[in-house]
Amino acid sequence: MDETTEQQTLRGARQFIAALPHARALAMDVTDLGHGFATVTMPWDARLVGDPATGVLHGGAVSALMDTASGAAVMCHPAAPTSTATLGLRVDYMRPATPGQPITARAVCHHVTRNVAFVRVTATDLDEQRPVAMGTGTFTLDRSTL
Amino acid sequence: MSDASEPVGVVKSRRDAALAALVAGVPYISFLGIRFDRRGDELTAVLPFDAMLIGNPMIPALHGGVTAAFMEVAAIMELAWSSQWAGMEAGVPGDIRLPKTIDFNVDYLRSGLPRDAYARAVVTRSGRRFASVQVQAWQDNRAKPFALASAHFLMPEQAEGTG
Repeated sequence: MDETTEQQTLRGARQFIAALPHARALAMDVTDLGHGFATVTMPWDARLVGDPATGVLHGGAVSALMDTASGAAVMCHPAAPTSTATLGLRVDYMRPATPGQPITARAVCHHVTRNVAFVRVTATDLDEQRPVAMGTGTFTLDRSTL
Repeated sequence: MSDASEPVGVVKSRRDAALAALVAGVPYISFLGIRFDRRGDELTAVLPFDAMLIGNPMIPALHGGVTAAFMEVAAIMELAWSSQWAGMEAGVPGDIRLPKTIDFNVDYLRSGLPRDAYARAVVTRSGRRFASVQVQAWQDNRAKPFALASAHFLMPEQAEGTG
């Protein structure tokens, strides 16, 4: 019984991401989901480049990926929110993402209150030891009123 | 330096061309469909609504990442534009070298509606190495921004003068 609920939560979170038009536009793919965490990857794409001299992806595209992974982590938290929206997001950019490599964002929803979810998120390219960017976010948490 | 006797058409076309070159240099700006309105040296970033900018289709609302990206684009362009203004007006345009984002902090005040969005960035401090920028984004009502952002940037290294 519990397992069914769990699987429903994960399936719901995956559907939630798949239904986001902008996530589709950036070809984001949910590669891992669990209770309160989500991993989302995005391929390198010439259209998302911020600096053509270097081929480095624009920070905004990386932010969009991190925001999506964070929202997904909130959606699959055991609190089983019905919806979420970003309240605040702070991103530190440590180094340029290597051109041609996919970006992976790993988000953990480490704490929730009645109305708010708190998230940490890390973005890496293929060199997973040296993050490209790290962020912290706060999200609204809508619970079922039933 | 641009002088007062310069025909207005010449002044406008020089400035518009410089802005267009700056914007055309960044693929991600055209991917999102962002353009810039210019009044003198003042820039307003415009994000025309497009279905692919939607995050949650249930509400529907702009994707939070789109809002962040839009504001980051507005901030970078404002910095690049203001730092190349003097050279452009003096007729010695330098290389286009863009500042790099160090950190970006977005405050989402209300959900972005499925319609056009606008943003203006203000450079609150511009030093040789670092710059601080604040951005306001709004939609229907200028007095009710839907997001605010503040960010730090690393400025591109300037070629040293031979003075």
